[in-house]
Amino acid sequence: MQNDLEDIELIEMNTDFEVRSLDTICINESNLQHPWYYNFKYFFAGILFGILLVKAEVVSWFRIQEMFRLQSFHMYGVIGSAVAIGALSVWLIKKLNIKTIHGEAIELHPKRFNKGQIIGGLIFGFGWAITGACPGPLFALIGNGATVIIVVLLSAVAGTWFYGLIRNKLPH
Amino acid sequence: MNFIEWIKQPWPWYVSGPLIGLTVPVLLILGNKSFGISSSLRHICAACIPANIPFFKYDWKREMWNLFFVAGIILGAIIATGILSNHQAIQLNPKLVADLQQYGIDDYSKLAPTQLFNWPALLTLKGFIMMIVGGFLVGFGTRYAGGCTSGHAIMGLSNLQLPSLIATVCFMIGGFIMANLILPFILQL
Repeated sequence: MQNDLEDIELIEMNTDFEVRSLDTICINESNLQHPWYYNFKYFFAGILFGILLVKAEVVSWFRIQEMFRLQSFHMYGVIGSAVAIGALSVWLIKKLNIKTIHGEAIELHPKRFNKGQIIGGLIFGFGWAITGACPGPLFALIGNGATVIIVVLLSAVAGTWFYGLIRNKLPH
Repeated sequence: MNFIEWIKQPWPWYVSGPLIGLTVPVLLILGNKSFGISSSLRHICAACIPANIPFFKYDWKREMWNLFFVAGIILGAIIATGILSNHQAIQLNPKLVADLQQYGIDDYSKLAPTQLFNWPALLTLKGFIMMIVGGFLVGFGTRYAGGCTSGHAIMGLSNLQLPSLIATVCFMIGGFIMANLILPFILQL
């Protein structure tokens, strides 16, 4: 019983919006049922994003070192201008009530604070500076020809799995 | 310089950054998807090794778009590297070049330095820390933080979320500490 209560509490406390998938009955971001191959639109979006990651050189270990040593403006420029355009887009979507291509209203999920954003954030920062890659670039580097990055990616999957395993014992 | 030559150069931040930012509205408009990449690692766990862990017991097929997106990233990178590249060494701050020289790093032909990231190096202590431990920290940290550079720094900040700002600041603090204070020792190994 005690355990059940803890579980419920944990789900409520969870700030991770995609946790809806833990509990798919409650939160449903789309009522439309599409065949699986509709997902190919995201595949094409991914192709464009992958091209951008490589051409911007943000997947380069060297650029990440420059960023963390304050030796170049490049990364700050990329992330800063991406956020500016992203924020402008989200504002316009809300303001003009823009719908999806299927006519659905666009929903944005607020994030709630928990200690994970601090502790996990620092841990990810360590990993980012060592590997020179966040999750997106890990995929891009494999496409770039660095086959050994497959091992880094598998290790990241293992890290995610380990988080899932010990999640209940971590401060949130 | 013609267009083909121009496009084969690295793209400056004021071209690539805004285009990366456009990923946010593109995914929202394509089907109400909030931009975020680290979730894909969780879906891979849920699909392949759920092991009865509650965190991985959900219908990952509903989140399959994310796996299509990262598969696209791999192909996009293949295209950018194979077709849209002039294969020139990356231009870096001379200070970084001089610094890395001390650790025997002088091959700038690849985006991930081949002298650090290669198969034989996996069996060395330095390679183990840089690839296995580093990757593990990325996977563990992003999930604990509830997102990565894309989910928090780009999507979260675009939506003016304070928790995402806190997470982004912590990513940067962690990175500064590692790159300046700890990584020099790892590179010496």
